[in-house]
Amino acid sequence: MIGKNHRLSDFLTWASAIAIMVALYLVFVYAPTERTMGDVQRIFYFHVSTAWVGFFAFFVTLIASVAYLWKGTRQWDIVALSSVEIGVTFITMTIVTGSIWAKVAWNVWWTWDPRLTTSTILWLIYVSYLMLRNAIDEEARRARFAAVHGIVGFVSVPITLMAIRWWRTIHPVIFESEGFNLTGPMLTTLLFCIGAFTLLYFTLLVHRVRLEQLADEVEQLKHRMSR
Amino acid sequence: MSFLQKVLAIVQKDVAVELRTKEMLSSMFVFALLVIVIFNFAFELRIENVRQVAPGVLWVTFTFAGMLGLNRSFVLEKDKGCLEGLLLCPVDRSAIYFGKMLGNVIFMTMVEAIILPIFSVLFNVSLFHPVLLLIVVLGTLGFAGVGTLFSAMAVHTRAREVMLPVLLFPVVVPAMIAAVKATGGILDGQLFSEIAHWVRLLVAFDVIFLAISFMTFDYVVEE
Repeated sequence: MIGKNHRLSDFLTWASAIAIMVALYLVFVYAPTERTMGDVQRIFYFHVSTAWVGFFAFFVTLIASVAYLWKGTRQWDIVALSSVEIGVTFITMTIVTGSIWAKVAWNVWWTWDPRLTTSTILWLIYVSYLMLRNAIDEEARRARFAAVHGIVGFVSVPITLMAIRWWRTIHPVIFESEGFNLTGPMLTTLLFCIGAFTLLYFTLLVHRVRLEQLADEVEQLKHRMSR
Repeated sequence: MSFLQKVLAIVQKDVAVELRTKEMLSSMFVFALLVIVIFNFAFELRIENVRQVAPGVLWVTFTFAGMLGLNRSFVLEKDKGCLEGLLLCPVDRSAIYFGKMLGNVIFMTMVEAIILPIFSVLFNVSLFHPVLLLIVVLGTLGFAGVGTLFSAMAVHTRAREVMLPVLLFPVVVPAMIAAVKATGGILDGQLFSEIAHWVRLLVAFDVIFLAISFMTFDYVVEE
């Protein structure tokens, strides 16, 4: 399916390389310097984009998990796994960039603000997804359990977000990121970055899926050799 | 047999097995006491701050004790080959899920029923309040609801006792927050209307996760 198409994957690789280059130009040159925070605000573009890719990747896992339980084809299991790996990587980037930004903007590396707490729990859920996969040897069972966890984990995310919001709004909300009034060039840069990172997500997904398919092929060849 | 009778038959089986040895209940209970005692050292609970930390200590105690019970829930079934027997029974898979889940709820509730008065005595807070009992039941139901699903998965993994908390804790975070906040509200003497949104969140969590666990349990026990 998607993994086999070399032309598509080559196109995606080049397109995302160019898109990321343009995004870097927009972030560092085109976008104006923010008045109060200065240059460090530029991390915001990548911070938001990686967060978006993380959430989107987990959404793809949800879809692929449902599809796996429904159809039972290995392809969907591969997509779910690949998407979780990419999602965890990007959410890690979001947390790290957020932490760097927080140190400058709020003068702390970490605060238990609703968004930070939710992303941490989200991260933990999908790390446990990967751990679950590693702990099961039998292939069909691993895929089934992972699919169930892919569904349960995703459903808990909005409820967690709501719970943590209510929990924290009892305290005054000091850091509200809604306060951003994005001007024209900033908004353009942000939207372009989100687009570029989404493209990068699909590129990584295609390559990761292909890698897993090749690993499957190797497994089959080994099996044939040993007989 | 109706669906309810099938569920109750499975519950009855679990309760009968447990009452014969009382192995799990006694270890859950002693473990819960130990957790309370350790928190006593960790926080140096004094009368002034007891109200601030009591809800958290109480729910950590419940979840840790519940984790012990959930860990055992499918281990016996699998090790003695009873799971195959259960699956061969002419009952719907969802009856097995509800039966096991209710069994876990009963064991947790039994431990909680003993821990609550002890907690009240040791920390000199009154925990006897009808709404608090409702919150305990709702929290336990949510915890055991997802817990039973994950317990059935964890039993098939390599490091099964270690896998269950890693899988379960991140997912039950919202239920725990709601239960702790509602318990805290009651200890502070708030009216029901002030904590009603937490109770609603608990109900929503229970309904959503019972529904999902019920729908996906088939795929977990499938051989």
